[in-house]
Amino acid sequence: MRRILIVATNTFREAVRDRVLYNLVVFAVLMIAASLLVGRASVGVERLALVNLGLTSISLFGILISIFLGIGLVYKEIDKRTLYTVLAARPVRRWEFIAGKWAGLVMTLVVNAAMMSVALFAGILYVSGKLTSADWGVVAAIYLILLQYVLMTSLALLFSTFSTPLMSAIFAFALFVIGSYAEDLRRFANMASGFTRVVAYGMSYAVPNFAALNMILPAAHSAPISGRLVLLDSIYVLVYAGVCMSASVLLFERRNLK
Amino acid sequence: MAAIETFALEKTYLVGFWHSKKKLALKPLTLTIEEGEVFGFLGPNGAGKTTTLRLLMRLVFPTGGSARILGRELDDPEMKRQIGFLPEQPYFYDYLTARELLDYYARLSGVAGRDRAKRIEHVLGKVGLSDAAGTQLRKFSKGMLQRVGIAQAIVHDPKLLFLDEPMSGLDPIGRREIRDLIADLNAAGKTIFFSTHILSDAESLCDRVAVLNLGELRGVSAVADIAREVSGSVEVMWSGASAIPAISALGGQCHATADIVRAVIAERQLDAAIDALRLARARLIQVVPIRATLEDYFLAKLAAKPEPANVRAPGPEVRA
Repeated sequence: MRRILIVATNTFREAVRDRVLYNLVVFAVLMIAASLLVGRASVGVERLALVNLGLTSISLFGILISIFLGIGLVYKEIDKRTLYTVLAARPVRRWEFIAGKWAGLVMTLVVNAAMMSVALFAGILYVSGKLTSADWGVVAAIYLILLQYVLMTSLALLFSTFSTPLMSAIFAFALFVIGSYAEDLRRFANMASGFTRVVAYGMSYAVPNFAALNMILPAAHSAPISGRLVLLDSIYVLVYAGVCMSASVLLFERRNLK
Repeated sequence: MAAIETFALEKTYLVGFWHSKKKLALKPLTLTIEEGEVFGFLGPNGAGKTTTLRLLMRLVFPTGGSARILGRELDDPEMKRQIGFLPEQPYFYDYLTARELLDYYARLSGVAGRDRAKRIEHVLGKVGLSDAAGTQLRKFSKGMLQRVGIAQAIVHDPKLLFLDEPMSGLDPIGRREIRDLIADLNAAGKTIFFSTHILSDAESLCDRVAVLNLGELRGVSAVADIAREVSGSVEVMWSGASAIPAISALGGQCHATADIVRAVIAERQLDAAIDALRLARARLIQVVPIRATLEDYFLAKLAAKPEPANVRAPGPEVRA
């Protein structure tokens, strides 16, 4: 556990020093501009517009970071041969290295999301004048966005263990897009018949269901987000990410690091 | 106890689009390196030196045979705590400073907190990087990176060091310093296994050397034994050019500088050469037997047939 944490901390430090968190500046500017503008542009729906924009930005910024850093997590280490000195003559097992890299990126994304969330709540406070119990929905939506990050990081890491960054980016982004329409795919399967129905059903369950983790609209409309949904989503991500991580470890354990 | 033992260790890669072609990187290698030795692994590019090191470091997996380090399996974490490794042309996290990098590696190797900072400063001093300790590695030259590489290999005070081309990228002063460092580490009881192209470094540092070519072990010898071997030739030096025709007639190639002449002749012609010098009234200055150098040994082994399997270090056979 200690070695996983050491690798994770170093991965976090790499992201910070590579100026990944600079996106926060863009986000802060976006929030300030939105807070000032939505009041004038859309009287009465300032909060809705701000929450919608803020949560969508938190989701997209994080997903993009998880894809673009995730696909290089292991590939870059192999390509630059930086992992030789970590795995060869240190008591670090390959699975510990994989887990550490994954945890480091998730740590980066959580810190990133936490800072963006603070900016979003400051914006809500500015346009609404106060925070209400309805804003717990925003907290729940942010938690579900964090689960999206976990899922995407696990997928990107899996691709990173066997594919080039370009191919990994294409795979990961394609899965994000398809996964965002997983519910539509399921509805299409219900309407289809025969072989198409089987394939559509199979795909709708196989692809990562990012749609189920997107509660941005209910949060923006101050609609309640059920605890049961949050719990089921958490279990779903735990299992899905667990399968991806296990596959990553299995592939990486057998790989010759030439 | 043997520091490193390989038993018919072998590596074949599957290459080509369908992975259908076999490419042999290392033919079955059986070798034993005793604790406390400095062992040189010599060979031209593509000889299999780096493959052997990567197999021992478990970066690649063997297709046959096995190996043990410090009497333990290659994936034993306890063993890994006791070894250090410098890869060929090492790359490091260039966003870290030299001190941060060493701290990272020391933590991974389990060096306790209170000793860590002291140990890092000591190692930075040893490789001559104390002044650059706070500089990010992206600003380091190739030679400085090589020094960082050696520092990370010894930061946790290992018993056994694997160094892949440790002198690569260093200027003559740097090479000298690293050579002295390796000698110091060996004097402190460390076993050192290093691969190199530079025969003079191997000659001055190693107790024994192995020559590898085309993935095959061609020979193992103690450096002292190589130096003891005479090549069957002698160098004769005298004063007086009048003896040159007579010595040339004995097969010697004469090189004259002012009145001093030197010639290399077969040892069996030595008596005849001395008689010829007397007859020509030349003054004999010296006769020096020509000893085999590591280079002679290396070149001879590259051309030779492979060494029989199961080459062991000299000394009593002790088995755990």
